[in-house]
Formats: sequence, structure tokens, C-alpha cells
Amino acid sequence: MTGIAMPQPDPGILARRDEIIAGLSRIVPGEGVISSEDERRAFETDALTAYRRMPLAVVLPSTTEQAAEVLAYLAREGVPMVPRGAGTSLAGGALPQEDAVVIGVSKMAQVLDVDLPNRTIRVQSGITNLGVSAAIAHEGFFYAPDPSSQLACTIAGNISMNSGGAHCLKYGVTTNNLLGVKFVTLQGEIVEIGGDAMDAAGLDLLGLICGSEGQFGLVTEATLRILPMAEGARPILFGFPSSEEAGACVAAVLGAGIVPVAIEFMDKIAIDICEDFAHAGYPREAGALLIVEVEGSPAEIDEQLARIGAIAETHGATSARQAKTAAEAAAIWKGRKSAFGAMGRISDYICMDGTIPTGRLPEILARITEICDAAGLKVANIFHAGDGNLHPLVLYDMNDPVSLAKAEIAGEDILRACVEVGGCLTGEHGVGIEKRELMSVQFNAVELAQMMRVKRAFDPDWLMNPSKVFPLGLRQAETLQAAE
Amino acid sequence: MTDVIAPLDELGVETTILEAVADNAPIAIQGGGTRVGLGRPSQAAKTLSTKRLTGIILLEPSELVVSARAGTPVAEVEAALAEKGQRLAFEPFDARPLYGTTGEPTIGGLVATNASGPRRVLVGAARDALIGVRMITGRGETIRSGGRVMKNVTGYDIVKLAAGSHGTIGVLTEATFKTLPLAETETTLVVEGLADEVGVAALCAAMGTPFEVTGAAHLPGRDGQPARTCLRLENFESHLRYRAGALAKTLQAPGAVTLLDAEASRALWRDIRDAAPFLGDTGNVVWRVSVAPSRGPDVVAALGDRLAAHFYDWSGGLIWIAMAPSDDAGAAPVRAAAAEARGHATLVRADDATRAAVDVFQPESLALARLSRAVTETFDPVGVLNAGRMHAS
Repeated sequence: MTGIAMPQPDPGILARRDEIIAGLSRIVPGEGVISSEDERRAFETDALTAYRRMPLAVVLPSTTEQAAEVLAYLAREGVPMVPRGAGTSLAGGALPQEDAVVIGVSKMAQVLDVDLPNRTIRVQSGITNLGVSAAIAHEGFFYAPDPSSQLACTIAGNISMNSGGAHCLKYGVTTNNLLGVKFVTLQGEIVEIGGDAMDAAGLDLLGLICGSEGQFGLVTEATLRILPMAEGARPILFGFPSSEEAGACVAAVLGAGIVPVAIEFMDKIAIDICEDFAHAGYPREAGALLIVEVEGSPAEIDEQLARIGAIAETHGATSARQAKTAAEAAAIWKGRKSAFGAMGRISDYICMDGTIPTGRLPEILARITEICDAAGLKVANIFHAGDGNLHPLVLYDMNDPVSLAKAEIAGEDILRACVEVGGCLTGEHGVGIEKRELMSVQFNAVELAQMMRVKRAFDPDWLMNPSKVFPLGLRQAETLQAAE
Repeated sequence: MTDVIAPLDELGVETTILEAVADNAPIAIQGGGTRVGLGRPSQAAKTLSTKRLTGIILLEPSELVVSARAGTPVAEVEAALAEKGQRLAFEPFDARPLYGTTGEPTIGGLVATNASGPRRVLVGAARDALIGVRMITGRGETIRSGGRVMKNVTGYDIVKLAAGSHGTIGVLTEATFKTLPLAETETTLVVEGLADEVGVAALCAAMGTPFEVTGAAHLPGRDGQPARTCLRLENFESHLRYRAGALAKTLQAPGAVTLLDAEASRALWRDIRDAAPFLGDTGNVVWRVSVAPSRGPDVVAALGDRLAAHFYDWSGGLIWIAMAPSDDAGAAPVRAAAAEARGHATLVRADDATRAAVDVFQPESLALARLSRAVTETFDPVGVLNAGRMHAS
């Protein structure tokens, strides 16, 4: 049906389905094991909805100890596992397979401890990203990484994918805000890695686990860095005649020693769609816009925005509009944060996630237009400009398989172009199944083999989220080789 | 005296490693040699030096990025960045004053030891700024991880694994960092005469304000000098005046608050970064204890009279401890005090015999040690790279 293959399910495991469900039910009683087809359907896809696979079963442990027993049991039985947070992965990171058990963390969503003097919070990993900030907002603190899906996505998923967001230019991504985890191994051990001190002892396994796409084990608890909220924040909107001027302005702001909390970019098509949806006062006449947000006291914000405004003017900004009220600021961000949803109302799309050196921005935007024009597809560009993380939305029609195939090919070509100019395939969404086959564009065989060896150090039998990250053929060849 | 091999290029590094594998003869990895006293002493007959792999490869201020070969002096990178108004924000720790070594700290040594300074408390460690590496594994294979863009989740984050790995997973040949603009100016608020627990509580309170404190240290009183609780602010001149006033107000410090000018502030934080000026006699053994900041004073209290000197950086979360030398360098009480506070301790200065006998790095739980060993072996199956540097083999 669609372009990305999944391995054939193991008939031996399918045949043992009842036995495996009984085994899981002995560990996680009652509603914690989901076996009916109706209920399993809720887990058959994630936010890469073009791909669906019905899992063998779903298990929702309530405690770390249950999770440890589940992993040990399934590993002993040789059953593949797919860990799942909220299923918001755009890369198919949580896509099940027919012979795999989905292990969800949704029943572990408590705040365990808030420690303001040490600026940390300890949570169970099933809590939502926004739930973390909500738990400390009344104290004037927040958790910095803010992926667009933050209302739904879980900390477990954020750690798996090393999620970013709009504000990571200043505050970093998940790995920079993660101090410790409780981690369950495939052997069923419960391991504390890091804690609430800075710089954990020994080899940085915490850094390795963060962003491992759920392929090493299961994270059930996390200790996170929380930060005091800024005194205030204010976005400003600049319109530019074209993306060249906007791109040059981003480089000039950073080069001038100003690091805003966020710099967001939209092209003409994205401006129109977002404005229709959010009525944020985006400049429709502009060829590109930047949303720049700075933080501090009112006077500090004024001064920074004056400096940034002067730079924008010399780079040809045709309009500049500061949010004068909290409501105006919210409207500006509403347009940006609802961009993907607004786009979804008018068309199906695939969202690419390559990162490029920001100096190559005009060149890559021209390439994207060229690629999509040649395929007869429309594309809208919305992205985190400060860090070069692109999000071209390639529009297609779900009811037309040819247009999906074309969109997937165009998406691949865009990512190849990102790697060519010194960037990478994915800035924050992860590889999942979506970019699996492209890994050999960014990495050579030696590098991929080394990463697969690391995978095997945690998971000798390739049971944890096995069909992700690595090109399928390569990983199957690795398994054959290891068996020899 | 060991043989030192200093290859001119990556091919030379590969060859050296492959020879070591063939001979089953471990090699020590070295950059500028300024931190040779950190870690367990090397037993290797040969040393592979990266000091001839030098040069800045990329410096792009508008992209906040710099790449350099592993043997490049840190000072050269910092000078080139400063010329463009930027810096390595994590404030690389210079080990020379602590060890009394000479020579030039290199980018490779910095990465291998994850050597951050006082600003780490706000902006993160060296490992947080590190966004790309090239290295040659113990298989003699060149691999890259990360790249030159600051947002990158393509493949496993071997970049983070390399930082602080003390040369045990590969010989670094290139490193790429995210940079940040230099601050226009700086000042430090100093409150005198606070007891440890009061001073550290003030540091923690300051870190909970929105004023972006970039250094938070408490220096206990010594030799008739009163204790100093120090908070650094760096920013545009106009912001600083406001922030210093606002911070002083929120602190409600029991003592008077003095403001240091930029020059005095820079000198103070250089000393705090290098640690040695506050650690007394050069013959003392030195520990670094990492702990949640508010529990720092508990560690010190537990050690009591055993301490020759101590001070707190990172809001209280990094305790530098000096003790008179002894057979086990005080490992038992230091580790017990650190464990009680749910932290960990590293023996950063002691003679070779002591560092061979005592665990330099915090012993890990069995499960964690197994995972670390399994991961290390995927990079260096024979164990030729800095074998025994982190843990007794």
C-alpha cells in the first residue's frame, strides 16, 4: 500500500498469542492487558497515520516492577516489543508490528517529587510534557523542551526521541534537561542512571539512552531540570519580501550576539494558511515572516527588540509588529503552534524534519521548491530558523496513492539535500520507520554497524522496537552475521 | 618513560590502534597531557598523542558553531571565538593549576574529561555544547556522530557517550561545539560571612530567580578571611544594573552585598574555575563531589575535621574537597558522605599509587557496570584504548 516495508510477522509468535497474553496477565492483572481487536485498534498507529499494524497485544504496567517483569518475560519468550508514550511520533517511532507487544506507559503518570531549591522534578515517564510544566507553574517554574505535541506527548516519548521544540535555541533539547532515569533492561533489571546531581558518574549512558528511539529498554521514571520562568516574554513579527532576506536576518541577529528564546520562520503559503486559521495578524503581503521572541524585564525586552528591529530593518523587513498585550502574544504563537493542524484542515501532508546549517537556508529553500514543483506537489515551510531545523510540509491527497508515493519521494529528496549541505535527516522527530532507509545517506556502513553493535549491547536479540532506525535489509543482514 | 606516537593524520591514528590491537598491547591516549593525573594511572607502554592533529576547521558565528581537530589548544579556539564575539559557554576547566602541569590543554582532552567550569550551572556541561565528533574506535574504524547543526537526533547520540569517556571508546580526532555570544560585561554580587548552609541556600534561591545567574559559588572563610557567597551576572551593561539590584533584593542577604567590577569578577571566577587557589597545600589529595546543590553542606558536615579545605561551585552541587594525603585518600568517608547525600565522588588528585589502589571514579551498581562494559566493548573489544583508566580492568 505505502512505501515503507515492515518485516513479515513471525508465525511462531502469532500462534502463541493466547499463551503470551496469559503470561502478561499473570504479571499485569485486570485492564492492564489489552487483547480484544477493538481495543487494540487504538494502538495500531501513531502520528504517521499512513502506516498501521495491529499489535499482538498491549500491556500497560502500573509500576516499574511490573514493567521489569514484562520485559524479562517477553525477552525470555523471544517476543518483540514496541514501547509507546502517547503515540504522537511523526516518524512512526511507535508503530507496532503484528508479532509485537506494545508496552504503554500511560498508567505511570504521577509527579513523584518537586525540588525547587535544586530545580528538579521527578516524574513517572507517562506524564505529558505539558503536565510537567503544569505541576510547577504555580511556583513560577517550567520544563523547557516544548514539542508542538506537548499537550499529549509523554516524557517517555520525549526521552526516546530526544525531543526539541520552539524554545530550544536558548534552553536546549531533552538531553540537556534530563538528569536521571529509572531504566528497565531487557534482562528485567531496574537501573538508576544519573540522579539529581549534575554530571552523573561514569560513562554517559544517560546521554546514549536519550534519543535511542526506545531501542534499549524502557524508561519508567525521569528526573528533569526545571527552570524559573522569565520575568516576561514578548514576540515580534517581521515580514520580509522573500525567504532570502528573512534567512539573512536570522544569521545577522545571532552574529550580533543576541540569542532570542525562539526564532520561527514561515513562508508565503504557511502564512496564508495560518492566518486563515488563527487570525493572528500575520502579514499576508509578505513573502516570508519571522517570529522572534525575547525574554526579560519589560525594559530588557524593549532594548533587545530595538536591537533586533534595527537588524531586521537593514535586512529589508517590510513590516514589524510587537505584541502589545498578552492576548496578542498568544495569538502570534497560536498561529505558529496550530500551523500543522491548520494545514491538516486543508490537505494531507507529510512533515519533514531535516536540519541544515542556517547559512545554507536560501539555497535549501530553493531546492525544496524545485523538488516539489517537479513532483507537482505544493509545499509549505514552517520551521525553527535559529537552529536550522526545517519543517517542510509536503501536501498530498490521502485518497490518491500516487500522490502519497510522490510526496514520500519528494520528502526523501529534500532530506538528501539537507545532508548534502552539511545538515542531517532529522532534527527532533527521530528516524522511526520514516527515515530508516535514508540512514545510509547520512552514515556509512562502518558507522551504522557500530550503532547496531551498541543496540545489541542493550538488546542482544533485537527485540526492542526492532524495525526502526536502521535500514531493514542492513539490520537483517546484521542479524544473520551475528548468528554465524 | 613511554614511547609517544603522535600521528599527523587520522590514518596514522588508525594504524597505531590497529598495531596495538594486533600486539594486544594497550595504549594510553593523550592530548596536551595537562590532565594526566586524572583517572587511574596508565600501565600502557605506548602513548598515542593527538597533539599534532591541530587546526580550527569551521567557525561560523552566525550559526553558533565551531569545529576543531582534537589536538588544537583550547586557548586557540577560545581566542578565535573571542575575536568573533563568541565563546565556549561551559567555561572549560583548566587543569594545570590543580596538577601543576605545563603544556596546552587540548580540545580532545576537554571532551574526554567533560571539563566544564562554573557557568555549567546555568548553560550545561561540555557534553551539552558538544554537537559532533569524529573519532577512531578501538577497532581502528573512523566514525562520526552528530554533526555541525545544533538540533540533530539522527542515529544514537554517541557524541554524548564520547564526552567524559576518558578515551575509552575512541580516539577523538575532531569535535564540534555549539557556541554562544560573549557577554557585553559582567559583575559579581558578594555576600560575606555566611555559614555553608546559609550560603548554599542563598545560591539555590538565586538560581531560582529569572536573572540568569551564570556562576554560583560559596567560598568558606579561611586564614582570617570571611566566607564569600558569590553570584555572577553576565549580560548587556544596562540589563546588569537592573538584574544586580533585583537579585540583591530577592536574596534578602543577612550581610551587605558588594558588587565586583568586571575585571575583579573575571579574576574571581577564573580562580573558582581552576579550583586550586582555594584548596590549600599542593600536597593535599582533592575530591570532587557531585550532589543535588542543597545537600552539599551535608556532605561537608559529615566529613568534619577530615577536610583540609573545601568550597562549593554549581550552586552547591559541586564540592571541591582537599584532604591530607593518606593510604586510601579518605575514600571511605568521602564516598559514604556522598552516598548519604545521593551524590557521587571522583578522586581528582592523588599520587599514582593511591589512584591505582582506590577507585578514582564512583563505583557503579552491578547492572550499570555491566551495561557500561558491554557498550565500551562494542567500540573497543580488545581493550586497547586507555584500558583501566576509568575502572580497574
